[in-house]
Amino acid sequence: MRRLSKLVRTTTFRLSAVYLVVFALSVGAILGYIYWNTAGLLARQTDQTIRAEVGGLAEQYRQGGIRRLVATVAARSVRSGSSLYLVTDFTGQRIAGNINAIPTGATEQTGWVEFDYRVPTGDGFEPHIARAYYTRLTSGFVLVVGRDIEERRRYARLIRQTVFLSLALTLLLGLGGGLLMSRNFLQRIDRISRSSQVIMKGDMAERMPVSGSGDELDRLASALNDMLDQIERLMAGMREVSDNVAHDLKSPLTRMRAQVEDALRGGTKASYRAALESTLVEADRLLKTFDSLLSIARAQAGEARKNIADTPLDEVIGDVAELYEPSVEAAGGTLKVAKGKSLIVAADRHLLAQALSNLLDNALKYAAVAAKGGRRARPLTIRISTRQAGDMAEIIVADNGPGIPAADRDRVLARFVRLDPSRSEPGSGLGLSLVASVAKLHGGTFTLEANNPGLKAVLAIPLRLTA
Amino acid sequence: MPGLAKAVKKSIEHAVMRILVVEDDREAASYLLKGLGESGHAVDHAGDGEEGLFLAREAVHDVLIVDRMLPRRDGLSLIEVLRGEGIDTPVLILSALDGVDDRVRGLRAGGDDYLTKPYAFSELIARVEALARRARPGEARTRYRVGDLRLDVLARTVSRAGKPIALQPREFRLLEYLMKHAGQVVTRTMLLEQVWDYHFDPQTNVIDVHISRLRAKIDKGFSPPLLHTVRGAGYSLRAPAE
Repeated sequence: MRRLSKLVRTTTFRLSAVYLVVFALSVGAILGYIYWNTAGLLARQTDQTIRAEVGGLAEQYRQGGIRRLVATVAARSVRSGSSLYLVTDFTGQRIAGNINAIPTGATEQTGWVEFDYRVPTGDGFEPHIARAYYTRLTSGFVLVVGRDIEERRRYARLIRQTVFLSLALTLLLGLGGGLLMSRNFLQRIDRISRSSQVIMKGDMAERMPVSGSGDELDRLASALNDMLDQIERLMAGMREVSDNVAHDLKSPLTRMRAQVEDALRGGTKASYRAALESTLVEADRLLKTFDSLLSIARAQAGEARKNIADTPLDEVIGDVAELYEPSVEAAGGTLKVAKGKSLIVAADRHLLAQALSNLLDNALKYAAVAAKGGRRARPLTIRISTRQAGDMAEIIVADNGPGIPAADRDRVLARFVRLDPSRSEPGSGLGLSLVASVAKLHGGTFTLEANNPGLKAVLAIPLRLTA
Repeated sequence: MPGLAKAVKKSIEHAVMRILVVEDDREAASYLLKGLGESGHAVDHAGDGEEGLFLAREAVHDVLIVDRMLPRRDGLSLIEVLRGEGIDTPVLILSALDGVDDRVRGLRAGGDDYLTKPYAFSELIARVEALARRARPGEARTRYRVGDLRLDVLARTVSRAGKPIALQPREFRLLEYLMKHAGQVVTRTMLLEQVWDYHFDPQTNVIDVHISRLRAKIDKGFSPPLLHTVRGAGYSLRAPAE
C-alpha cells in the first residue's frame, strides 16, 4: 500500500495521469462523433423512408379514396419485412394493416410515436419496439406507417457498449502504463538513493547507476558522478596536502625544537639570544609556507572562482612589473614588458597578480642563486609578453637564468618540490605550484619551457567570452 | 620583546592612547596587553563580545582591537552594533581567516583595518598607531611637511630644502603614505596593502628596493636623513628632534 502511494506520488505518474485524462477526453469525443454518425444516421434514414411511404399512401388515398388505400395497405401488410401498417376508421377500428390498434400516445393530428408491440415467433411472442408516423386523413380515417426499430436499437446499444468499453480500456491501459512507467522511474531513483547512501556511509568509489539510454535521469546521474569525481579529487588533494604538511613542516619544527633545547643546555646569554633569533627566522619561514599552502588550497577549492571578473591583462602585468622592476634592476638585470594587443581575461585579479609575482620572485631568486655560484656571466633579463592563442590569453614570463632541466619541469609544479636537494635556499617550494593552481582555477594551463638559455613560464588564462 | 617594544616606542612620538582589546584567548590577550603597555598605552581588556560591547560603550577609546571570533558575541556583530550606535572609534580586526573575502567582510562590517593571525607585534602596533592618527580630526590635508621635505597632494609636487624632486607616480603615493604617517612605523605589509593594494607577501624584498629608490631621491645629498629603517619592523619617516 505504501509502495502504491509512493508510486502515485511520482512525477511520472502525475504526468501520465494528466495525459490520460486529456487522452480519454479526446477518445470520448471521437467515439461520440462516430456514434452520432452511425446510429443517428440510421435513425434519420428510417424516418425519411417512413415519411416517404406515408406521402405515397396519402397520395393513393387522395386519388383512389379509402378503397384504394386499404387495398394497397393490405397488399403491403402481408409482404414479409419489418414495415408496419394500419388503417382505421373514425372509431379506431382496424380496416387494414398488420398491427391491431392505434398506438397509445398518437393523439395529435399527425406525428411520431414509439410503441411496444409483439412479434410472433415459433413458440410465442417477442416484445419489440417500433417507431411509426401517424396521420389523420379526411373522414376520420387514420393511417399509421412504422418500422420495427428493435434491430436498430440493438445496433446502437452495441456501438454504445463498444464506446464505453474502449474508454474503459483506454483508462485502464493508461493507468497501468503510468504505474508501470512510474515504477520504472521510481526504481531508478531508488537505485540512485541507494548509491548516495553507500557514498554517505563512506565508500567514495561508489557511483550513480547510468543506464546508458542518455535520458534525463542518465544526465542527472552523470552530472552527480562528475561532481563526485571532483569531490574525490579534492579529497585526494587535501590528503596530499596534509601528508606534505606533516612532512615538510615537521622538519623545521624539529630543527627549532633542537635549537631551543641546545640553547637551554648551553645556558649563556649569547646562546639564548642566538637560539631565539634563529627560532624567529624559522617561525617566520613556517608561517610563509603555511600562507602559501592556504593560498593554494583556496585556489584549488575553487572558493576564489566567484571573484573572477573581466580583467585587463596589461593592467595586472603593468602593476606587478612596476612592483618588481626596481628589484630586478637592483640585481643588475632588466625587466621588459612587451607591448601587445590589449587582452581582457576572465580572472581573479588578485590571484593572477600573486601568480605573476611568484613567477618574478622565482626568476629573481634563481638568477641570484646562479650568480652566487659564479655560473653567470650575462646580466639577468626577464621579459613579460602576452599573446592570444585561440580562446586563451598566454602570459609568458621568460628569463635567461639557470632554467630547469626538461626532466624536472613537471615535477617542480608539485607541492614542496625544490630542485635544490639541501633545501638551503630560501623558499617553500610552493611558488610554482600556486601558479599551477591559479591556472587550474581559471580553467587555464601552466607550462614550463626552455628559453635557451633560461626558463619560459607560460600561464594561459581563458579570454573573456566576447558577447 | 621588551627591546623591540622599546625600539618601537622610541621611534614614534605619540600621545598615550587608550586601547580596548577584545580577545578571548588568554595568552594572546596577555601578550597584547603587555606589549601595548610597554609601548606606553593604557589598555582595557574584555574576554568576550558582550563584555567588549559594554566596555566600548562605557569609556572613550582611541582604538579598539577586536578578535573576529569571540564567545557570546562575535567580533563583526560587535562592530556592527557599535557603528549602529554612532560609536566610530577606529577598529582593528584580528582574525585567523585571511581570505580576501574575509577581509572584505570584516571591513564592510565597519572595521578600519584587518590583521591576520599570526602577526608580528611590530606589525600590530604600527597599524594601531596608523588608525589612531587617521581618526584625529582635521587630518584631511593636502600638504605635508617633514623637516624640510614638503609634499603637495593637489599639485603633485615634492621638494626638499626648496629644491623640487621628481617622483614616479607610485613613488609619490609611497611618499604620501609615509608622510601621512610621519613619525610612525609603517610595515612592508602596510605599504603593500595601502600603496599597491596587494594582500600577499612577495618572497623577495621588493618593497625594500622601492624604499631605497625613494631614499635615494629624497635623502641623498640632503642632511639629515629622514627615511629610516626600523629593524625588524619597517620604515619610519621623521625629522630628528622635532
